[in-house]
Amino acid sequence: MSNQIIQGILLGGYYALIACGLSFMFSVMRIINLAHGSLAVLAAYALWLLASRFHVSPFVGLLIVLPLMAAIGWALQRFLLERSARGGALLPILTTFGLAIVIDNLLFEQFGADTRSLAPYIGSLSYDSWEWPGSIYVGKLAVVMFATAIVLLGGLQLFLTHTRLGRSIRATSEDPDTAGLVGVDARRANAIAAAIAMVTVGLAGAFLGMRATFDPYAGAPQLLFAFEAAVIGGAGSLWGTLIGGIVLALAQTLGAQVHPQGFLIGGHAVFLVVLFVRLSASGLGPRGLLRLGKTS
Amino acid sequence: MSLLSVENLVVRHGLLQAVRGVSFTIERGETLALVGANGAGKTTLLRAIAGAHQPAAGRVLLDGADLTSVPSHRRVGMGVALVPEGRRLFVQMTVEENLLLGRTAGRPGDWSVDKVLDMFPNLKPRRHAKTGHLSGGEQQATAIGRALMSNPELLLLDEVSLGLSPLIVDRVYAALQGLIASGTTIILVEQDLNRALAVSGRVICMLEGRVALEGASKEVSRDEVTKAYFGLHRKSTGSVPA
Amino acid sequence: MSAPATMPVIERGTATSRTAAMAVAVIIALLAIAPQFLSAGAVDRMTALFIYVILAAMWNALAGFGGLVSVGQQVFFGLGAYFAIRLADAGLNPFLALFASGFVVGVVSIPLSLFMLRLRNGEFAIGMWVIAALTHLLVNLDRLVQGETGTSLISLNVYDAGTRRATIYWLALASMTALLAILFGLLRGSTGAAIRAIRDNEDAAASVGVRVTGTKRLLFVLAAFGIGIAGALWLATSITFQPKTYFNVQWTAYMIFMVLVGGIGTFEGAILGALVFFLIETWFGGTGVWYLVGLGATAVVFSLFLPRGLWGTIEERFGLRLLPVGYRVRLAAASADDDATPQQTTKHQEKA
Repeated sequence: MSNQIIQGILLGGYYALIACGLSFMFSVMRIINLAHGSLAVLAAYALWLLASRFHVSPFVGLLIVLPLMAAIGWALQRFLLERSARGGALLPILTTFGLAIVIDNLLFEQFGADTRSLAPYIGSLSYDSWEWPGSIYVGKLAVVMFATAIVLLGGLQLFLTHTRLGRSIRATSEDPDTAGLVGVDARRANAIAAAIAMVTVGLAGAFLGMRATFDPYAGAPQLLFAFEAAVIGGAGSLWGTLIGGIVLALAQTLGAQVHPQGFLIGGHAVFLVVLFVRLSASGLGPRGLLRLGKTS
Repeated sequence: MSLLSVENLVVRHGLLQAVRGVSFTIERGETLALVGANGAGKTTLLRAIAGAHQPAAGRVLLDGADLTSVPSHRRVGMGVALVPEGRRLFVQMTVEENLLLGRTAGRPGDWSVDKVLDMFPNLKPRRHAKTGHLSGGEQQATAIGRALMSNPELLLLDEVSLGLSPLIVDRVYAALQGLIASGTTIILVEQDLNRALAVSGRVICMLEGRVALEGASKEVSRDEVTKAYFGLHRKSTGSVPA
Repeated sequence: MSAPATMPVIERGTATSRTAAMAVAVIIALLAIAPQFLSAGAVDRMTALFIYVILAAMWNALAGFGGLVSVGQQVFFGLGAYFAIRLADAGLNPFLALFASGFVVGVVSIPLSLFMLRLRNGEFAIGMWVIAALTHLLVNLDRLVQGETGTSLISLNVYDAGTRRATIYWLALASMTALLAILFGLLRGSTGAAIRAIRDNEDAAASVGVRVTGTKRLLFVLAAFGIGIAGALWLATSITFQPKTYFNVQWTAYMIFMVLVGGIGTFEGAILGALVFFLIETWFGGTGVWYLVGLGATAVVFSLFLPRGLWGTIEERFGLRLLPVGYRVRLAAASADDDATPQQTTKHQEKA
């Protein structure tokens, strides 16, 4: 059992990776990007293409894909989200949902329905494991993934608190009008934040491809996982995302123990329970979960 | 050339015309007080100068350069800084972080976090406290300090004494006297007429979005200003200048 | 702004709208007798169209009028089909089961609304998606459904193909007409004022005493009920029930496409959007994946450049209203105000 718990915690690292971009974008721009999961899958396909056609190791491939994702994030904010956010809070939901449909189906058109994986291109990392005391085997990839999540979250935290650009982004997220009045270019800050978010999405996509298989329509479940981890952790606080990811993964692991199809059910159920408890406990009425996390 | 000139400025909030054709100029080193009842358009006028509102008509010139289509963040770089009404601090961030944000535009000058803390010694022990947890006076000091950090040529102050105790207001104004003496150009909105007239060289009284009276602060009488303040209207809003 | 020189005229309908009401009655009558003249394939297509109109109108009721954008409405579509299967399996007449199922879905949505309506904007949108994903998984657990293998509405096979086709057609037409009438009545009645107030500004509406949550709940339950019926009708036309097909987010994608293109927040827009979608599907549905890419891209383009949709734009440009759900104030003479206010006022009032 302790073995499962450790595996669950390590899987939480993946969920934290995929969730942190979603919650970061929400806390800065108040936009939930429904194309989030599809973009992660897009990154996974880009790495797969580099590996299978050009024999570029996925780790080297990241050097190409991550800057590309940053560019996509920048463009996404500048050309789509900025415009659609001006039409109110609901429009970006529709815009990004439409974008997700476009991405998913273009991937399908290009790559077909076959499932792919990056596992064949990362050598023994995909199956090697370390033996820990108590005859517990932990996969090397899972540990790498978890460590990456911690480094990424810690790095983001340091960036936001200790750099001028990080402060500008936080100021924009708190009050874009006033940010402009103190000299911050809020549009630029938002575009940079979106670029950073997409870099994290690219990383998440890489690990999605390494630890499992993916297909053109794998984006939707990734979006749901990201959203659930972010809400459980109380988004806005980066470390909360890690806790949210771990809770989600543990619930899925537990669910799988109970019933063969319980993996996903366990995850959704714990999300709803957390939601229910938080909504009943807060007594604040409809104020928004993602923001609740921030003030606490 | 005047440092700032405002020409026939019109600013709308939806259908409401908050500023209706205001013109004035201000010379380098001058201190101008804007007075007027609530809703006279003072705050809107300041925000339009700072670039937070787009005017429907008219122009704002800084050193002869047309600012009308320049976004607010670039105006800070050109030397215009606003201390907004209600302070509008970034409450999740510390005093120091708020001050450092003021430096984003990167104008050269000698303002630094330490210099601001010297000017407002009450902020020293609060340097790493989140501004959401500060007292009103400390928040106001941070807001003024944040604007100063951009090394402005023109400082716009919107109701800096609002909600503060008289003692704290005295302290804030003592700090402002220092700025005025050092030659900073200032436009300030102030409800307290005595203070406004005492600290400024010139005064503009606004009424329903228009300039109702303009004159040197030494030369206008309280009575004249009070008349302009209320215009031909009957109703007082409670904050009758004492 | 100053008062106009002459009294404004307050109208509910216009000459156009009275003509339109007549036309609607004629169209419905014609549609009712249409199966006599149409081929079997055409009858099936028309049935699909009616179901699309229901889906569009119901999603529009929720998003366009209630301000609640959901990407999980497939949950009600799937449940509508699932409960119909269950009820028919329990021995209920299959045609009756279709409607009973809609009611069950509506009832199920009430406790769900208590919970979900406390979420806002994007959180509500994805939260509903999570609900749909979970419900899908739970329905898969039902032995009757046999997981993704699915099952079918076998009891419908006792009727011969012709009778079945025509009956489903009439049921779909009747459901569509009834649901549109309910929505129309709701929007024209006293609730309509509340709905429009919420649509325009939720916080302001709450502050003047509009029962925001109650009104939203009403729309949420109505949408669940309508989409549940649509799901049950779809099951009736295709007989087979595979959870994956019914709980597919594609259904919500269709709803969003129809409403965005037609005109979000306008009664006529959803119907127009369903028609457009129907035609596009008829012409391009065969192109498979590119068709879906096109739908997604069109949705993005409309959300960015034409967020009021086709009908919203037509209405704005020409002041045309066929089925007036609000009041309109016509100023008999332009007032002497220096601003462009009279025009603006009229436009604003027409919107209400």
